[in-house]
Amino acid sequence: MAKTHPVSFKLNGKPVAVEVEARELLIYTLREKLAHTGPHIGCETSHCGACTVDCNGMSVKSCTVLTVQCEGAEVLTVEGLERGGVLHALQQAFHEEHGLQCGYCTPGMLMRAYRLLQENPSPSEQEIRYGMSGNLCRCTGYQNIVKAVQAAARKLTAAPAAA
Amino acid sequence: MIPPSFEYYAPRSIGEALSLLSRLGNDSKLLAGGHSLLPMMKLRFAQPAHLIDLNRIPDLRGIREEGAELVVGAMTTEAELIGSSLVRNKVPLLAEGAGSIADPQVRYKGTIGGDISHGDPGNDHPALMLALDASFVLTGPKGQRTVKADGYFLGLYATQLAADEILTQIRVPIPAAGSGWSYQKLKRKTGDFATAAAAVVLQMQGGRVARVAIGLTNVAATALRAREAEAALAGKPLDEASLGAAARLAMSICDPTADQRGDVAYKTAMCGEMTRRALQAAAARAKG
Repeated sequence: MAKTHPVSFKLNGKPVAVEVEARELLIYTLREKLAHTGPHIGCETSHCGACTVDCNGMSVKSCTVLTVQCEGAEVLTVEGLERGGVLHALQQAFHEEHGLQCGYCTPGMLMRAYRLLQENPSPSEQEIRYGMSGNLCRCTGYQNIVKAVQAAARKLTAAPAAA
Repeated sequence: MIPPSFEYYAPRSIGEALSLLSRLGNDSKLLAGGHSLLPMMKLRFAQPAHLIDLNRIPDLRGIREEGAELVVGAMTTEAELIGSSLVRNKVPLLAEGAGSIADPQVRYKGTIGGDISHGDPGNDHPALMLALDASFVLTGPKGQRTVKADGYFLGLYATQLAADEILTQIRVPIPAAGSGWSYQKLKRKTGDFATAAAAVVLQMQGGRVARVAIGLTNVAATALRAREAEAALAGKPLDEASLGAAARLAMSICDPTADQRGDVAYKTAMCGEMTRRALQAAAARAKG
């Protein structure tokens, strides 16, 4: 039995504790040990962004972060976006603007857009495209994803309490 | 894809990291942002028995002005460089270059020290450091030594950093007021390494080049300083003739490897074009 490390962190605001081998990647801990299958495994080579989660206020590709590095961290996944059954403005906007087709990239898109809007509440189209450039979508051509982020930004800046 | 097994250490100080490095020896690797090393471990190109994570050492982070230099902790991330008003005001080339690296997620994790120490000619900081005439502080069991960026890069994945040393600080001379700058990077897509790229710091005086430094990315086994091109520009106005001569001299030192980004002739030509564009963009920003 390989040596394991105890790791405690907050997942969507709730404390969690796991035992992991040092080589375990965060995406596997989230999906297999903590049953959070929102973050997807796309390329596993830190290119596609499907596994993007928020960790200590940064968008990270959870296929390229070791779980042992997350001791004490605040991790947010797509499961943590809705509140009391109400979709986050970004989720609602992706729905309304058809910002997805197959949906595989969507959890990563949402989490990256979430952090982008935290840092820049009113991004230009160019800033959205640059800020979302670490997330690949093979269905939409990105146009409706950009529209969805713009729509969510408008809604959130009009009613910032919903952020 | 999962990396092979290794022992993990998260030291809290530079001293602790150095003693781990000395004790664990050649089978250990330093973990910075992890966006080069972890992918290499997944592919079994690297299989260290011990991984020493530098992410919990506060002394390796931070950006400050010290005399005529910007002093950057080696574990400062690309996102921190881009977001720093000190960097944008004093050494804007560093912010522009960092913004062209990989993608947003990678820039939150990737560090300037990791980018420099990895010794990959596709990384962008080495050419930026050459153009900025930066120095690196290497800390080992016997103390510190400071080495110039020019001469630090020895070959593919080979630098002057010894096995028992850690790159702790990057010291960047603040360019003279009125200097122009530019990093021009040709890449196929976001996240790709440069097909070719050029970093320029330029001082003009009376419409002529007073001082210029040019660094080149991914056109040889290491980043290159284009000294002949710099010398050819000295005292000249930036016009078609001088730009063409500088581009040709930059191309003359290229020795790229053909790959999916292009063959040798194409990469060499693109290096000339990036050099020309970086000089023009720097000139547009220079005063004097």
